[in-house]
Amino acid sequence: MGDAFLAVLQVGDATLRVATPLIFCAMAGLLSERSGVIDISLEGKLLASAFAAGCIAAITGSAWLALMAGIAVSVSLAAIHAFACVTHRGNQVVSAVAINFMVSGLTVVLGNAWFRQGGQTPSLDATARFMPITLPLADTIRPVPVLGPIYAELISGHNLLVYVALAAVPLTWWVVNRTRFGLRLRAVGENPHAVDTAGISVTLLRYRAILIGGALVGIGGTYLAIAQNAAFGREMSAGQGYIALAAMIFGKWRPWQAMGACLMFGFLDAVTIRLQGYDIPGIGEIPVQFIQALPYVLTVVLLAGFIGTAMAPKAIGVPYVKER
Amino acid sequence: MFRKTLITIAGALLLTASAASADEIKPAVVFDMGGKFDKSFNQGVNDGVVKFNKETGIAYREFEVTNETQREQAIRKMAQRGADPVLGVGFAQSPAIEKVAKEFPNTRFAIIDGFVEAPNVQAILFNEHEGSFLVGMLAAMATKTDKVGFVGGMDIPLIRRFACGYEQGVKHVNAKAEVIQNMTGSTPSAWNDPGRGAELTRSQFDRGVDVVYAAAGGTGVGVYQAAKDAGKLAIGVDSNQNYMHPGTMLTSMLKRVDVAAYTTFMEAKNGTWKGGIKVLGLAEDGVGWALDEHNAALITDEMKTAVEAARADIIAGKIKVHDYMADNSCTY
Repeated sequence: MGDAFLAVLQVGDATLRVATPLIFCAMAGLLSERSGVIDISLEGKLLASAFAAGCIAAITGSAWLALMAGIAVSVSLAAIHAFACVTHRGNQVVSAVAINFMVSGLTVVLGNAWFRQGGQTPSLDATARFMPITLPLADTIRPVPVLGPIYAELISGHNLLVYVALAAVPLTWWVVNRTRFGLRLRAVGENPHAVDTAGISVTLLRYRAILIGGALVGIGGTYLAIAQNAAFGREMSAGQGYIALAAMIFGKWRPWQAMGACLMFGFLDAVTIRLQGYDIPGIGEIPVQFIQALPYVLTVVLLAGFIGTAMAPKAIGVPYVKER
Repeated sequence: MFRKTLITIAGALLLTASAASADEIKPAVVFDMGGKFDKSFNQGVNDGVVKFNKETGIAYREFEVTNETQREQAIRKMAQRGADPVLGVGFAQSPAIEKVAKEFPNTRFAIIDGFVEAPNVQAILFNEHEGSFLVGMLAAMATKTDKVGFVGGMDIPLIRRFACGYEQGVKHVNAKAEVIQNMTGSTPSAWNDPGRGAELTRSQFDRGVDVVYAAAGGTGVGVYQAAKDAGKLAIGVDSNQNYMHPGTMLTSMLKRVDVAAYTTFMEAKNGTWKGGIKVLGLAEDGVGWALDEHNAALITDEMKTAVEAARADIIAGKIKVHDYMADNSCTY
């Protein structure tokens, strides 16, 4: 019982670690899409901010400067996206795909030119990273049955950015559902004409949503490069931006549900890692290939059978043109 | 008939031409998916060709494959541009080398880790299981929990061979010790996924492992980092990776791909190059384990003596290390 319980907690631990960048991206995508702008460029922004954070941490040795650099780069890319598809009413998918391609190439080229390690950044010391924090009293409470290990193993011992991700979810919910900005944001994604008629600038609202999203993705990218890992590696985002987008649609453009979907993806990943090499009674060892396909199979099953209709914001993907 | 003669003559002329210009060869190397800075397999090859270039002043062409379709194109392009010999790196390039070598019968090819039989191909293979056996012994002597880990890159017989040799070495020292194995993936991207490598390693640490051996190319970087973060021991692979985290790198399983790359270019330069299969094991110093100033503190005299004795026994044939690839199973 004790061992099995601990194993469950460790899977939970790994789930949080893996889901953190997904949560940041999903919240960013949610803000942007609720305002009516499709954001496939999450992936590119994630990769770019990971690269920026890796570079700055390697050069300055400061995790906080790296975080600022990550956010700055991601916000600038978000600004480009907004400029192209809000100001100039370009196609939102095309603009985002362009950003993804540009970042994918640029990070490797610049990384090679600056550090000469084949697109990687140098490995970082502990001082230049966000390291795990032990929450107060973690070791004192540990002996308490059930709650003790949950607190000490699962809740304590993550790095700061994991907690930021968890805090970002209620914050996003509050902003979207309980503030004036949030009300307008939702309105502009459903019916921008109505918002415009009320004398509120559609452009400004969408810009704000996209830029705030950019900042969130920037934190996620920083997490990838200097908290979860100790260097930037080429293509290190590995499609997580897209997975986050899927998680957000799973969650029907709602913060809590989107977080749930992110945690589910993280959980499946953590479980697949631990399933490898285990003998299941009566079946024997499961092939690696099957285990790795499992998350995708489950995704299809869940999407087809359990999620129900996902209703996107009505004005999504449509550039706003003022009526004359 | 006349045509056939003509072709033979032309072939002979070409052969003499390549023999005459033996000292001004135009070598080329095609790295595989990990990239030449993976700090491991490809980087070892890179070290070898850089050394060749420094000593001889002969320039070489190089290409880093970044997706699977590029392998054959890159190798063919090299041959078309007159490169000779063309060195392919990694098992995954063997079909491409085999195909292109037929198209260019007068160009010399070499492949590391690939089994290709052709008169103009030198296939260089290593007895990884022998070297892995030795580091497995070290792992078993260093562990305090009697649990050691293995993180492989792509799930292929070659990597299973590393794992199997390692497991035998562990059991040789401590029959009760448990070996927990993970593979990073089943596609070539598994060679360059440090994030996943780190996550696999953490899961092994959670299960009680305190020494982990990575045979995963660039993915290993994440494994060693995770070991350092957790204060546990890790074992490097292919190149000597002890320098990466002195204090938590127990040792490295050396696979002298640098020597192999250097030698094949040198032989081509000196005119002694021959096609065929070349197998490098402990006896040929093709594989081994690394002891230097970065891990000296972790290796006791006792460990050193035991491993050196086993090394001599393997060379003498007293210890037989089972080769996974002989029967595709790890029974010994």
